[in-house]
Amino acid sequence: MKANVTVTLKRGVLDPQGKAIGHALEGLGFDGIGEVRQGKLIEVELAETDRKAAQAKLDEMCRKLLANTVIEDYAIEIVE
Amino acid sequence: MKTAITVFPGTNRERDMAAAIEKASGSKPDLIWHGESDLAGYDLIVVPGGFSYGDYLRCGAMAGNSPIMRAVKQQAERGVAVLGVCNGFQVLTETGMLPGVLMRNAGLKFICKMTHIRCERSHAPFTGSLNQGDVIKVAVAHNEGNYFADEDTLDRLEGGGRVVFRYSNAAGLVDATTNLNGSQRNIAGILNESGNVMGMMPHPENAIDALAGGVEGLKMFAGLAGTA
Repeated sequence: MKANVTVTLKRGVLDPQGKAIGHALEGLGFDGIGEVRQGKLIEVELAETDRKAAQAKLDEMCRKLLANTVIEDYAIEIVE
Repeated sequence: MKTAITVFPGTNRERDMAAAIEKASGSKPDLIWHGESDLAGYDLIVVPGGFSYGDYLRCGAMAGNSPIMRAVKQQAERGVAVLGVCNGFQVLTETGMLPGVLMRNAGLKFICKMTHIRCERSHAPFTGSLNQGDVIKVAVAHNEGNYFADEDTLDRLEGGGRVVFRYSNAAGLVDATTNLNGSQRNIAGILNESGNVMGMMPHPENAIDALAGGVEGLKMFAGLAGTA
């Protein structure tokens, strides 16, 4: 089983990298750029075959290591 | 005094820290590799600066989950003094031993310069001979030193007298102009709830010699020497 874990900064947490990317896009002439926020994607392969069990395991991984829940949110998507 | 300094792959300030502590206390600290899991018998444990595990995932995230940090946590729960400097501060927040997190500097640049910090409270053993309001000149060298915690946590820190250092100018002024990395409320160093764990971003260990960076950091280590 394979999962994509997306980790993003929580709403309300300043994201200076996202801001810089937004400015750079405007600098390139892209109009109508709203807020840009940067996150990261972590692909995890699992031996687990039960979807529910995999989801629970991934959730624990996120809380223990993959995300710092003080400032980050995470989303888990099982892709295959 | 028996001091342990933790060493991870990518740690680079352990010798500076050892030199500072030896100079102040007269006894040589032990450098402990991250795979060790026993830290019994030490009076002080220091998690020094550097780039543990190459700052992979988040600064301090990998080190925070290493065997030696479980031992550091155990000792801290027994009341042993623990000091984290720079990457060490990041590691301590990742383990949950200190609240909040060190985010990327607001200006998106690595900052390597001399700065001033104001001591907000005198707290043994970490602040040595410093009194409330004293200002020392020390170096900072970090890319992720922007202290962030939610408002409730910040208020709890302030209310409990747990903010130990703030970024200031030489005269002790603390405001937006002296906040070099965007830290909430200019915070440069904090204590845990029981007062035996401190984390700070600046490097007092690099201010122990008049020929290199000044000697103002020694004021802090004078107190550490008396831990035992």
